[in-house]
Amino acid sequence: MKEKKEAASLYWESGLEVKPVYTAADVEESGGSGGIGLPGEYPFTRGIHGLMYRKQPWTMRQYSGFGTAAETHERFRYLIANGQTGLNVAFDLPTQCGLDSDDPMAEGEVGRVGMAVDTLADMEEAFEGIDLNTITVSLTINGSAAAIMAMYFAMARKRGYDLAGLRGTAQNDILKEFIGRGTWIFPVEPSIRLVGDSIEFCAKHVPKYSPVSVCGYHIRESGANPDQEMAYGLAIAKAYLDHVLSRGLSIDDFARGLSFNFDIHGNLWEQVAKFRAGRRLWAKILREQYGAKDPRSMQLRMIAGGGGGGLTIQQPFNNIVRGAYYALASALSGTQTMALCSYDEAYTIPSEDAARLSLRTMQILMTETGLCDTVDPLAGSYFIETMTNRMEARIAEIMRKLDAQGGIVRAVAEGAAQAEVSRQAYEKERRVQSGDVKKVGVNCFVEEEETREVEFHPYREDEALHQVERLNRVRRERNGGAVKTAIAQVRAAASSNENVMPAIIDAVERYATVGEICATLKDVFGAYREPSRF
Amino acid sequence: MKNEKASRTVALNAARGYTVVAMNDEGEKTAKPIRVLIAKPGLDGHDVGAKVVCRALMAAGMEVIYTGLRQSPAAIARAARDEAVDVVGLSVLSGAHVPLCKKVAAELKAAGADEVLWIVGGNIPSGDQPALAALGVDGIFPTGAKLQAIVDFIREKVAS
Repeated sequence: MKEKKEAASLYWESGLEVKPVYTAADVEESGGSGGIGLPGEYPFTRGIHGLMYRKQPWTMRQYSGFGTAAETHERFRYLIANGQTGLNVAFDLPTQCGLDSDDPMAEGEVGRVGMAVDTLADMEEAFEGIDLNTITVSLTINGSAAAIMAMYFAMARKRGYDLAGLRGTAQNDILKEFIGRGTWIFPVEPSIRLVGDSIEFCAKHVPKYSPVSVCGYHIRESGANPDQEMAYGLAIAKAYLDHVLSRGLSIDDFARGLSFNFDIHGNLWEQVAKFRAGRRLWAKILREQYGAKDPRSMQLRMIAGGGGGGLTIQQPFNNIVRGAYYALASALSGTQTMALCSYDEAYTIPSEDAARLSLRTMQILMTETGLCDTVDPLAGSYFIETMTNRMEARIAEIMRKLDAQGGIVRAVAEGAAQAEVSRQAYEKERRVQSGDVKKVGVNCFVEEEETREVEFHPYREDEALHQVERLNRVRRERNGGAVKTAIAQVRAAASSNENVMPAIIDAVERYATVGEICATLKDVFGAYREPSRF
Repeated sequence: MKNEKASRTVALNAARGYTVVAMNDEGEKTAKPIRVLIAKPGLDGHDVGAKVVCRALMAAGMEVIYTGLRQSPAAIARAARDEAVDVVGLSVLSGAHVPLCKKVAAELKAAGADEVLWIVGGNIPSGDQPALAALGVDGIFPTGAKLQAIVDFIREKVAS
């Protein structure tokens, strides 16, 4: 028999074919090495800063929050005491959906998946005594982002911080909420307008704050492949840019305020190629399509989240190991900030031990493995550069197709984007269940008598009741007339072309509730209805 | 396109506020297909699993009605009655499954739809399963459940 010389074909999730061996000829054929450049220089393939982790290692910012502001505050303190360098706040579903804790739809959900926030009083308690200059805070909030950002700004101002110097991030990416995650409130167009209001407000008054973190992450978690994740993310970011440009701002006034949130799980090399390609393409888009002159406008700043979709409910301790590899991939991708899903996160809100272990995982990589020694260590690899070129072409192609079909806003409004990722989620699940895609503990190396030892985070019904009492106390003690006037101002701003942020900040300073503000906006804007499309 | 075919939408009724999805052409055809309502109660926005299950049931020849997100227990019970479904499936990943199922159980009863087969999926710890069973939930399929197991369970229970 003749020796079999051909290796079986191999494809990444994105559909890119991987050869067994790469040479300089592959780099040339895929587009050459002209786009590699230097770290900190256009087109930022190798990273947005010249010295990257040699100067400043990535920020560690675990997603956390549960129960009341007091309970969340305690967890924040714990994480900071253990070396965490940023905070990433989880809000409960009523807060995310713009409902007060005593709303009938909120029953059973108050404080369950994150911190309950009704008024400025909760925001004040959560961050009491935490230095907002040294610990940067990321607010994972979308549908009700205008109200929650307003509370954060009001809280910071009350504590004496100058908004002109305040740093931090809000997720505030509503377009991806329509595709995955689902905490929308208003219809698509007014939702984009609210994002625009926050970008414009920050560009003028809170210039160091990132008002939007565009999330490919949740689109990938909803079923998208890595190339689509990046393409949809960049397309959504462009939609926000286009909207704000239509208000007469110039690109370098506000583009730096956009940051990104992407997902890390799956093939390590594919993630690295995805980020290097995404950074380069974003820089080119900003310079070539938008005429940006300020390099900060062209830099794709990001948080890499590793990566709920890769974790398994089976053999949960395996997720500790997965998390370490996701963190490795994130560092090799040149992320600014990192967050790891904890090993028990497929089950529950992470225990203190699990959250600390995620933190230690990142700290071990940072201090013991040499990952911060040199910038973009994979640069120049025939394989990585070839795949970065191919990935960039692929992402650009998906974006072109999306535009040809009417753009991302239309795809979201009509439900085409949702249908596309959900079809893929089904195909992926089928491939895992049939064993075509191997997953340790799920369809290979399965343990028959498996014991799943995870400590469940208890849901405190008494804390939920406590939150409602607290809300009622604030309602009794505030100046009701002033709140009424402030809410009327919010309504007036929303009904006109005026930016709603100043009126909302004014309202939250008078202790108007998240529910009152969002209900007022809903009165003006209407409520979103999911497209009937499958 | 194969994908298009697998998710062909036969009817949508905006007035009803949910999607009625067709039987898959490539799936098994039976004289009277099993009708299933898949619903997302509460505020949880994670719908990947619910939609995956919808597609798996369609591929198995069932008719599926999907409610979309943020449905009240009363709206779910109404849809179950009006659509004359054989099965109600709830998907909850927020951890609020016990309080939500309590309300759904009461509403199903009030709507006279408490005879339907009731299944629940999502992030359901094993410790909560007795509480759900006591409320009348017939089958629980936590994250990681096999799609075929859900299909088989429905076929067996609806036939009997």
